[in-house]
Amino acid sequence: MFDLGLSEFSKWLAATEVSHVIQTTTWIIPTLQTIHILSVAAVFSAAILVDLRIWRLIERDEPLPEMARRFLPTIWPVLVILLVTGSLLIIGEPRRSLLNSTFYLKMALLVVAILLTIGLQRSISSSPNSWDRDRWRRIVGRFAATVSILVWCGILFAGRWIAYTQAG
Amino acid sequence: MHLLYALISYFEDSALADNIRENDLLFPLVESVHVLSICLVVGSILVVDLRLLGLASINRPVSRVTNGILPLTWSAFAVAVASGSLLFISNATKYLENGYFVAKILLICAAGLNMVVFHFISARDLPKWEKEKTLPFSARLAGGLSILLWVSVVTCGRWIGFTMQVH
Repeated sequence: MFDLGLSEFSKWLAATEVSHVIQTTTWIIPTLQTIHILSVAAVFSAAILVDLRIWRLIERDEPLPEMARRFLPTIWPVLVILLVTGSLLIIGEPRRSLLNSTFYLKMALLVVAILLTIGLQRSISSSPNSWDRDRWRRIVGRFAATVSILVWCGILFAGRWIAYTQAG
Repeated sequence: MHLLYALISYFEDSALADNIRENDLLFPLVESVHVLSICLVVGSILVVDLRLLGLASINRPVSRVTNGILPLTWSAFAVAVASGSLLFISNATKYLENGYFVAKILLICAAGLNMVVFHFISARDLPKWEKEKTLPFSARLAGGLSILLWVSVVTCGRWIGFTMQVH
């Protein structure tokens, strides 16, 4: 499934100085993973809270645009932390992810989640008043929220599954 | 104590525990549910903690934030406890010997105690100050402690995976 280039690249990456330090200092990988999972908790919860509000399951007394303004903006800076810790984890153990199809599934789902969140954030702020009243918008919104919940859950599952599907 | 150990080994020897231990799919599946629910617990409780610290949701009274968010936190916590118990019984003896596991359980109890203290002592006169942006020291302390404790819970949880080999 993977061409030789990726395997070669992993080998090169694993031989770098940075990778060596990450591999040999025992506390670095668990620490990076802890920061990574805490950041996942923040991003995941922010997205899910807005999705559940779209379904009117929580914070019903708070207008949706206000909900989106409270939670969605935090996703972007935390995603940067995820990118940094995730990259360092890849540098430390390149084969674990780069030669692992679960990792690519996670990245593909992440792209979908990011696009969905941008779309949601834009459409909520561009027409803040019609979300709870307009029937058509409500249906589209609930559909998008459902997809968002499923995709974010998929990302978390895939993330955990990387540990179980890594190349030997 | 004796009874507790008998109960634990009863569960550890059960067919259910055996299935989780031996099935290649079941353990990661339950583990994923556990991680997912803990993420929701920590992320949603962070919303309340940041409100108590006066760092977020400051335009909303504290009780509106807690009423809006905590039902989700409790639901996720129930799932985390259920999935965590399944993981625990699959290797109960090994988990009990793991310092990070014991620390994690104690930290969760501490987080619960912190919440009880806030709810029944610090928040008795909540209606008086819950609309303020900057809350009384005891409320801010509860928020700060909660963040610290939950971050430690997650840290211990991740460290369990590195200090014991269940697979």
